Amino acid sequence: MLRYLVRRVLYAIPILIGVNVLTFALFFVVNTPDDMARMQLGVKRVTPEAIERWKQERGYDKPLLVNAAATGAARITDTIFWNNSLRLFAFDFGKAESDGRDIGHEIATRMGPSLAIALPVFLVGLAAYVTFALLMALFRATYLDFSGVVLCVAAMSISGMFYIIGGQFLVSKLWNLAPISGFAGGLSAWRFMVLPVAVGLVAGFGESSRWYRTIFLEEINRDYVRTARAKGLSEGRVLVHHVLRNALIPILTGVVVVIPSLFLGSLVMESFFGIPGLGSYTIDAINSQDFAVVRSMVFLGSLLYIVGLILTDISYTIVDPRIRFE
Amino acid sequence: MSRLPYWIAVVPLLAACSGAWNDPYPASDRQSNTLYSAFIERPKHLDPVQSYSSNEITFTAQIYTPPLQYHYLKRPFVLIPHAAVEVPTPVFLDAQGRELRNGADSAQAAFSVYEIRIRPGMRYQPHPAFATRPDGTPRYVPIGDREAGGIHELRDLTETGTREVKAEDFVYQIKRLAHPRLHSPIFGLMTEYIVGLKEYGERLKGVSDAMVKQGRKDPWLDLREHPLEGVEVVDDYTYRVRLKGKYPQFVYWLAMPFFAPIPFEADRFYSQPAIAAKNITLDWYPVGAGPYMLTVNNPNRRMVLERNPNYFGETYPAEGEGDDAANGLLEDAGKPIPFIDRAVFSLEKETIPYWNKFLQGYYDASGISSDAFDQAIQMGSGGEVTLTDEMREKGIQLKTAVAPSTFYMGFNLLDPVVGGETVEARKLRQAISIAVDYEEYISIFANGRGIAAQGPLPPGIFGYRDGEAGINRYVYDWVGGEPRRKPIEVAHKLMEEAGYPNGLDRKTGAPLVLNLDATARGPDDKARLDWMRKQFAKLNVNLVVRATDYNRFQEKVRKGNAQIFQWGWNADYPDPENFLFLLHGAQGKVKSQGENASNWVNADFDRLFERMKNMDNGAERQQIIDQMTEIARREAPWLWGLHPKEYGLAHAWVKNRKPNQIANNLLKYQRIDAVRRATLREQWNRPVLWPLGLFVLVVVAFTVPAVLVIRRRERGTARADALVPAAR
Repeated sequence: MLRYLVRRVLYAIPILIGVNVLTFALFFVVNTPDDMARMQLGVKRVTPEAIERWKQERGYDKPLLVNAAATGAARITDTIFWNNSLRLFAFDFGKAESDGRDIGHEIATRMGPSLAIALPVFLVGLAAYVTFALLMALFRATYLDFSGVVLCVAAMSISGMFYIIGGQFLVSKLWNLAPISGFAGGLSAWRFMVLPVAVGLVAGFGESSRWYRTIFLEEINRDYVRTARAKGLSEGRVLVHHVLRNALIPILTGVVVVIPSLFLGSLVMESFFGIPGLGSYTIDAINSQDFAVVRSMVFLGSLLYIVGLILTDISYTIVDPRIRFE
Repeated sequence: MSRLPYWIAVVPLLAACSGAWNDPYPASDRQSNTLYSAFIERPKHLDPVQSYSSNEITFTAQIYTPPLQYHYLKRPFVLIPHAAVEVPTPVFLDAQGRELRNGADSAQAAFSVYEIRIRPGMRYQPHPAFATRPDGTPRYVPIGDREAGGIHELRDLTETGTREVKAEDFVYQIKRLAHPRLHSPIFGLMTEYIVGLKEYGERLKGVSDAMVKQGRKDPWLDLREHPLEGVEVVDDYTYRVRLKGKYPQFVYWLAMPFFAPIPFEADRFYSQPAIAAKNITLDWYPVGAGPYMLTVNNPNRRMVLERNPNYFGETYPAEGEGDDAANGLLEDAGKPIPFIDRAVFSLEKETIPYWNKFLQGYYDASGISSDAFDQAIQMGSGGEVTLTDEMREKGIQLKTAVAPSTFYMGFNLLDPVVGGETVEARKLRQAISIAVDYEEYISIFANGRGIAAQGPLPPGIFGYRDGEAGINRYVYDWVGGEPRRKPIEVAHKLMEEAGYPNGLDRKTGAPLVLNLDATARGPDDKARLDWMRKQFAKLNVNLVVRATDYNRFQEKVRKGNAQIFQWGWNADYPDPENFLFLLHGAQGKVKSQGENASNWVNADFDRLFERMKNMDNGAERQQIIDQMTEIARREAPWLWGLHPKEYGLAHAWVKNRKPNQIANNLLKYQRIDAVRRATLREQWNRPVLWPLGLFVLVVVAFTVPAVLVIRRRERGTARADALVPAAR
């Protein structure tokens, strides 16, 4: 297993380099260092000298990828890409270009609020969707199952934005049951979490429940299930102990991989509910052309995704002992 | 199941005890003397030498005390003293340094000297930078890495101190404009006026670079050791600023935080590497002597201003204008300000939650977004604007004012088709000016919130003329006591004279195609741009919209590659120079990277501008502005566009609120009736509990039959009709 993990980690390095190059290229296709300087210095009374000075201080006066004027290794190392990207691998994210704040500190601070929303949505959602899907499987081909499927399809067809705005309008504006947006530290955070968590749960309900139902129905007609029933096991026991356990591999494929990404939060949700998490941090950085933050968040996102994939592989061996790392 | 009635009884009881469930603020703050507001975009800079955005000045204007400020109530805007004892009057000197006596032509002045006397007794807010040990040495300078290890925010440094504001602090801040690491946005402009500032910047850069070469990273530059030629301390309460030539607009800059005092102790304190490494900087934790101090700076969530216990004390103005007394704006005349103890600003990025929280009473004031306009405002049959019944029932007040801003459509005068000084090109621009119906634009896209511009100057700025005398006669006629856009036939005639009869090029016979460069982001923009195409189509001109992002748009304008474009300008200060310079030839965007995006050069206009900019307001200046406006209207380098009208709403418990688009230090004048607010909030936000009950009932209604069916199946025998059917 250790050899397998080491191999996977080594595979991750070229992937991360590739993601970095791609992010860099995409960002600088749209923005030039001059644009970045103008954005950070403001739109009024910005002199060319101030722009040059801003670029010089941050190393944006250098060539992007190849320094033709340099010799030897400096052709590669004396570039914006090299100077800005290499240190990411040491988790040195540097300082934000918009306000000069330490990005690592911001990420550490904002991870909490992101998790405060994403984790309950993930855990409660997983339990609720699996339960609902099992119930649909239990009542398969009855009016209850049919109603459930219709409900799922209807829920899937509605935009996530509608749930957010509708949720805010109904729960907070019309019924006055929870604050419409905002966040607080400590225990008082729960009041602000109720609505976004509820909206997150409802928004994910249709797609996830229907997917899990399909997985369960595939399993429910297998021979081992018939055998379990023939043994006289109750339907509930059959579903939970046999069907659910054997359906875990496809469920884990979709679920474990997103666990590390929970830290990154939700872009839209955090913006609408005023959650000071990493999702809104990323959106702000994109809007303000803050390349330092954008590349850090993309790097972190891709790293967490790779971690998620490795965790998924590990989880396979736990739920299915037949799977071995080769 | 059996406990359900119990919960149904208990939940409303809990609701009644705990107040509003949707209250985003702690229960302990319900009746506090706190103003609640929001910010949409997090401020980047709170260092007064760098801060220039409107979202930043909302905070810095309450914290810092520049020498001057604007009168809260009087219009047109009047400068009054703030940290200064009086508004300074410049002394003009000739090239030999001799004072130009009364009667001498001040336009000949080689230098202007402003001697600014400040109030004695002003003290800074409590701050760790001023904390001292018993022996008088600074408590936190130097601070070791070990001590700094336990610090995460400024408030972790528990010992604070204060001291009196001195003239040298104002001088120190002026020197900071030239600091090589601070990038003050007005440094370039001020080098043109403050004697020696440019050389000072170069000198500081040399000193800074030398310190860095010695291995000191971001070292503190003690600016007291580096004198600046044009600025000097006269005594503890007086300093002088020497300007090149005559620059009457300088006094407006003295009302901005750029010229507020900064104590060297703060600069020294924040320059310590161990402190800076913790993100504790002057840019994040301001130090001022104003009515408020920033006590919580979490721009990801909340920023809190609290009353500065050391504020020197001002009183609410005793004079106003027009209806101010009738509107209750003079009820607090002569009372000490500030009235409010605390102001909480919450980050609210989206307009929908912002608006709904305002309606719930959780924000004390709000603007009106386009989405909410119909909910808030209704138009009378005569076009009068009133609040809807829903707003009136809540006691909400509506405040409107025309902003000192202009949104225009510019022609690139370097373009061979729409540009140039030829009569034909001018007539083409005039024809387009008539065809693009800005009254319709304001009605469709701005809910009527704006006035069609007649020239570059918005209302409220000296030189603006109202009524018949103020109309653009190249575009409007005066009919029935109001301006009426000329009929499209006039534009067609101008097109013919311009060489494009019926929109066809007389020389080639080809249809005229013009390009509009615009930034387009969403569906709203598409509607606007479609409308714009229709306006040009009135002249049979094919308008091609070249939509792009803001970066590329700026680049095109900067390089002179745009043909027609839309842009705007917000006033820095209420002087016509601040608008007319946008058309000054020396400000050409392509030539000198200035603010004249049209690259229009007109010798007569430029000559008049040079005269006008240094004049005091008066009949002669008005006459020159009239001439300049006439030239600009005739040459039509812009379609003058519109001046937006700002609509603001405030709850009934907010007192002394008057729109002011130039001044920003408005918090100190406002007053809150916190008891009334608490009562109304409670009344408006009673939780509605039946949906919770309904939810429980629905869950029960689905669960019970399901459980019963499962039980029946479990207990049933294996009959053929009870066998579970295969999944479909």
